[in-house]
Amino acid sequence: MAMLEIRNLHVTVEGKEILRGLDLSIEKGQVHAIMGPNGSGKSTLAQVIAGRDLYEVTEGEILFEGKNLLELEPEERACEGIFLAFQYPVEIPGVSNTYFLRAALNAIRKYRGLEELDAMEFLTLIREKMQLLEMNDELLQRSVNEGFSGGEKKRNEIFQMAVLEPKLCILDETDSGLDIDALRIVANGVNALRSPERSMLVVTHYQRLLDYIVPDVVHVLANGKIVKTGSKDLALELEQKGYSWLEEEVLAQ
Amino acid sequence: MTSDTREVEQLAQQEYKYGFVSPIEAETVPKGLDEDIIRMISERKKEPDWLLEWRLKAYRHWLTMKEPRWANVHYPPIDYQDIYYYAAPKSLKDRPKSLDEVDPELLRTYEKLGIPLREQEILAGVAVDAVFDSVSVATTFKEKLKELGIIFCAFSEAVQEHPELVRKYLGSVVPYTDNFFAALNSAVFSDGSFCYVPKGVRCPMELSTYFRINAAKTGQFERTLIIADEGAYVSYLEGCTAPMRDENQLHAAVVELVALDNATIKYSTVQNWYPGDKEGRGGIYNFVTKRGKCLGKNSKISWTQVETGSAITWKYPSCVLIGDNSVGEFYSVAFTNHYQQADTGTKMIHIGKNTRSTIVSKGISAGRSQNSYRGAVRILKGAENARNFSQCDSLLIGDKCGAHTFPYVEVQNPTATMEHEASTSKINEDQLFYCQQRGISKEDAVSMIVNGFCKEVFRELPMEFAVEAQKLLSISLEGSVG
Repeated sequence: MAMLEIRNLHVTVEGKEILRGLDLSIEKGQVHAIMGPNGSGKSTLAQVIAGRDLYEVTEGEILFEGKNLLELEPEERACEGIFLAFQYPVEIPGVSNTYFLRAALNAIRKYRGLEELDAMEFLTLIREKMQLLEMNDELLQRSVNEGFSGGEKKRNEIFQMAVLEPKLCILDETDSGLDIDALRIVANGVNALRSPERSMLVVTHYQRLLDYIVPDVVHVLANGKIVKTGSKDLALELEQKGYSWLEEEVLAQ
Repeated sequence: MTSDTREVEQLAQQEYKYGFVSPIEAETVPKGLDEDIIRMISERKKEPDWLLEWRLKAYRHWLTMKEPRWANVHYPPIDYQDIYYYAAPKSLKDRPKSLDEVDPELLRTYEKLGIPLREQEILAGVAVDAVFDSVSVATTFKEKLKELGIIFCAFSEAVQEHPELVRKYLGSVVPYTDNFFAALNSAVFSDGSFCYVPKGVRCPMELSTYFRINAAKTGQFERTLIIADEGAYVSYLEGCTAPMRDENQLHAAVVELVALDNATIKYSTVQNWYPGDKEGRGGIYNFVTKRGKCLGKNSKISWTQVETGSAITWKYPSCVLIGDNSVGEFYSVAFTNHYQQADTGTKMIHIGKNTRSTIVSKGISAGRSQNSYRGAVRILKGAENARNFSQCDSLLIGDKCGAHTFPYVEVQNPTATMEHEASTSKINEDQLFYCQQRGISKEDAVSMIVNGFCKEVFRELPMEFAVEAQKLLSISLEGSVG
């Protein structure tokens, strides 16, 4: 069975239908990319899988390792192993990055019936992961995302991902706002987390990110549906031709 | 209202966790207030004539005053003749010599509150002057303090043992004419704490008092007086919880602090009086006058308060900066929920040269509560190069509560430097979702965000108090999240 199975997903926000019968299946260990023009519903998809209640699922289902995700609270989905790297990471003043991350990790461990980590064990764990994302101590002691640059925020997201070790990683426009050096650091971090046990869903507008994080499968999302699925070459084709030819193709059907 | 807002509001539906009544018999004087009642209180306490006279003068002055109505709080008229003005736990007519002599029922009450006195003595090194209703029942660490010449005792004891100090400083910071509630307190105050730290002595432990209201319909009129002599240092902690009651209870305390040359007083409060139920029934009316006088040069008075309880809070811990280079500080977290109303803040009066003051106020409103910051900064003519920094932040939880800010500034000296920052924010759904997506429940997320918001104030609290304050805030925020 696929790790993530989405069938005929319809989603509306404030009465407007954004996703209109989306199907998607991701096998364990695979990296899928979702590309598409602005407003096609890419970020909506990412948020709906994570459980954001701004969006109303009117039809269809989402199964994660056979479990009906739509019945679970966002924190339960996170504890089941779903991680969303946010396009716009949120600032939480006065709460240190390490405190936040330890609370998150221990909540997840508790859910899974594991012992909570004490401060020393946690410190040992994050030291190792910090190197992966070239994070420094100063960044860890600061309040969550407060005063972080765009690049630091995105690096912090992937750092959290590395610490929490999810089964399914959803990267929502992780490349936006990154210069080439930051992009390389982030991509290296993501690649280090690729494993046969872990799946990834990479949402992006540009092909650029996929030079660094090479996907197994590329989907094109337009008008709330997957309109084309192919190999990583599809991304290159899109880069050359843009999205309009696909939209025309869809309209012609 | 979105479903999220509703859930956030549910978080705030937590009921008061410390609601219980101990079956200790209280010995009270009759209801109501007149000169005879005051004479009776004074007589019970075997007070000297000068103190009785002072009480009576205060009472006569009080009769000429009107209850203040300028605060942003609303409550039905208080019938001052329908209140008991004095109650003492009966088993304590003869004061116990040690904790072993204290009524076990009383000790169990403290244990229910999570304040095991014995353990505190040993583990925390905190000297506790426990005020149960109106009479102090246990004073610890007294011997150790005595060696250093520090006086820390019940107010009534200080009146007997150190009348010269009490007479010199009582009413010197908050005169009985100051305001309606201070006048009332001066007339009928039952007990409280007294502390004197002699010249050059640094008090080696946090001094702590737990206040409780227990007997029904007994107003609490605490009086606290703390004097730090030249070069002395003292850190004083005041914390309280109260049992659940249906009737409103009046609480009008007065706290006076005096800091002489180079002395420092740090006064920290965690206030958790019964706030009333979810419908706004019952709860404590908390009308408190707290003021410190920086009399000496280079003296410093620092107030830190965490206010989570009471149906109504009317409280403005203030500093009068008389000595040159003296420093006043006010750090406050005020949390209101359900129908609670808080009107709290500070006054910083700059009189001496190079005086400095800092105000950091964090107001958190949930439910249908109203939370007001009211602060005054006055720079008088002689206060050359005075400086003030004020920061007032409000956080709203849900959409039925209110946050208000009333800053007053009066500058009579052009060399003054004033800074004021203010912000109002809501716990937003993006923050909650972000936390939840990382596996943290909504309830824990709210608690984490609120504690983060209050961090600048909590770090001013002594360690053990900071932990208690955070716990209290989390408890106040807990609720029935599905």
